[in-house]
Amino acid sequence: MTSLASRPDTLAPRSGTPYDQLKVVPARHPGRWVATAAVAVLLAMVVNSLVTNPRWEWDVVGAYLTEESIVRGVWTTIQLTLITAVLGFALGTVLALMRLSRSPLLRAVSWGYTWVFRSVPLILQLLLWYNLAYLYQTLDFGIPFGPSFASVETLSLIDKFGAAILGLGLHQAAYSAEIVRAGILSVDQGQLEAAASLGIPRRRQTTRIVLPQAMRAIVPTAVNEVIGLFKGTSIVYVLALGELFYTVSVIYGRTQRVLPMLVVAAVWYVVLTTVVTVIQYYVERYYARGAVRTLPPTPWQRVRSELAAVLSRFGAPRGATR
Amino acid sequence: MTAAVEGTRPGRVEVHGVHKAFGTLEVLRGVDLVVEPGTVTVVLGPSGSGKSTLLRSINHLEKVDRGFVALDGELVGYHRKPHRGTERLHELPEKDLLRQRTRFGFVFQSFNLFPHLTALENVVEAPVSAQGRRRSEVEAEARELLGRVGLADRAGAYPRQLSGGQQQRVAIARALAMRPAVLLFDEPTSALDPELVGEVLGVIEDLARDGTTMVVVTHEIGFARRAADRVVFMDAGRVVEAGPPEQVLDHPTHERTRAFLAKVL
Repeated sequence: MTSLASRPDTLAPRSGTPYDQLKVVPARHPGRWVATAAVAVLLAMVVNSLVTNPRWEWDVVGAYLTEESIVRGVWTTIQLTLITAVLGFALGTVLALMRLSRSPLLRAVSWGYTWVFRSVPLILQLLLWYNLAYLYQTLDFGIPFGPSFASVETLSLIDKFGAAILGLGLHQAAYSAEIVRAGILSVDQGQLEAAASLGIPRRRQTTRIVLPQAMRAIVPTAVNEVIGLFKGTSIVYVLALGELFYTVSVIYGRTQRVLPMLVVAAVWYVVLTTVVTVIQYYVERYYARGAVRTLPPTPWQRVRSELAAVLSRFGAPRGATR
Repeated sequence: MTAAVEGTRPGRVEVHGVHKAFGTLEVLRGVDLVVEPGTVTVVLGPSGSGKSTLLRSINHLEKVDRGFVALDGELVGYHRKPHRGTERLHELPEKDLLRQRTRFGFVFQSFNLFPHLTALENVVEAPVSAQGRRRSEVEAEARELLGRVGLADRAGAYPRQLSGGQQQRVAIARALAMRPAVLLFDEPTSALDPELVGEVLGVIEDLARDGTTMVVVTHEIGFARRAADRVVFMDAGRVVEAGPPEQVLDHPTHERTRAFLAKVL
């Protein structure tokens, strides 16, 4: 009883051994075991059908997965997504700052932009941009309402790829603007007051104080958009641009191997999404600096600590796991 | 004396006939106040009496409706230009206003530290970006200031890793790093546990002994007694009574002041 000598009387057992020498029996969860077993059976059925049904034609999937035209299609999809995301979020940030500006005209223009580009279906916008040359044969660069310094054929500037970038990027900007605006609004007003009272220049307030804090709210939704874009780029098949989905559809049009080719595309989209998701994790961790007292462990650290916990449950005495 | 105090210039604040309304609510109804350089003015008064609004008007975080504020004879927020034989007031462009604000240090009730920057980065940010000073030089000074508020070993900590009292002391170091002429404190201890109030007041009292010009809005009567050269009592948007602490706190002449002190003492 010496170890308990300092505790109040109410905590000490009336008779028998002290608590910290008793063995602890974990609670049983029979419902959890039943549910786990049921899901395991379902999972086995899915895997079994995937493996045994010959119509999946896994050999064809394997043969085409890294075929040259497919890889080129994947690369085009990546390019489209990255350029569009950068363009969309750059323009979206400008639109968000305009919307929060004190000038009524800037606010109205930003609002109007978002209104128009969210209202018109993307597929329609893409076809409009592709047909821009019908409206304007040449594009002039010069003084507004004044002389022109340079003039280019619209068709030579906006090809299929250009139309796809414009269509996807401008459409994305409308959505990104709202995401960035939500992030900026989530930053405490006191932060701006503190920055203003310290005399920090306006632009620096935005880039150093507001946006880094807004990023915490922006990143999860923004990554959602980028993942949406990866798959959304498949819509540019209407322009017959050779990204992943168009390439796949061309191949199955020729070989009639529809299902395996769709699986090829699906696998690539899953891979791309996975890569983005992993990047998201680390970007979020970066912007969590200061927002949480201790950063959450990385997946590797978590796996290691869980393994250690499981091992200690089997070898070491109970005190070690507490 | 430390570097921050060497940079301090005279800081005579004049508040003249200041009115301020939020919608139909009149918060300030003609406030006059003069703060002499090197003195500590403590502003007391019940909630809603306009103390914080007055403080925020001094460094132009709030634009006043009528009246003016001047620092060392220079109007805050406006500049005078001759116009057809008379003069006009022009609102300062944001850039000039921000530069003028660097002459005031402001300490908030809710600290308002930048949570994504470490204590050191919080202190270094404004002298570098607003005053264009060299980062290496400012960093050395910032470490010295953090040492002065007793946080030399927490320079690398983020605000959320610090206690409320520590956060407020970082905020004071941040304000001092600008080498302001006047320090403005808006209820600096109201958000703190009673235990932590002392450490923050201690830092402010040290500054008072060094001759820093300060205006402190607070409910801490004991602090007013120890540190104030002048106590100002406000009620319903007006200064009711002002004078040395022993006069205002021990022999108040106005009924309103007496009623307030009877409640808080």
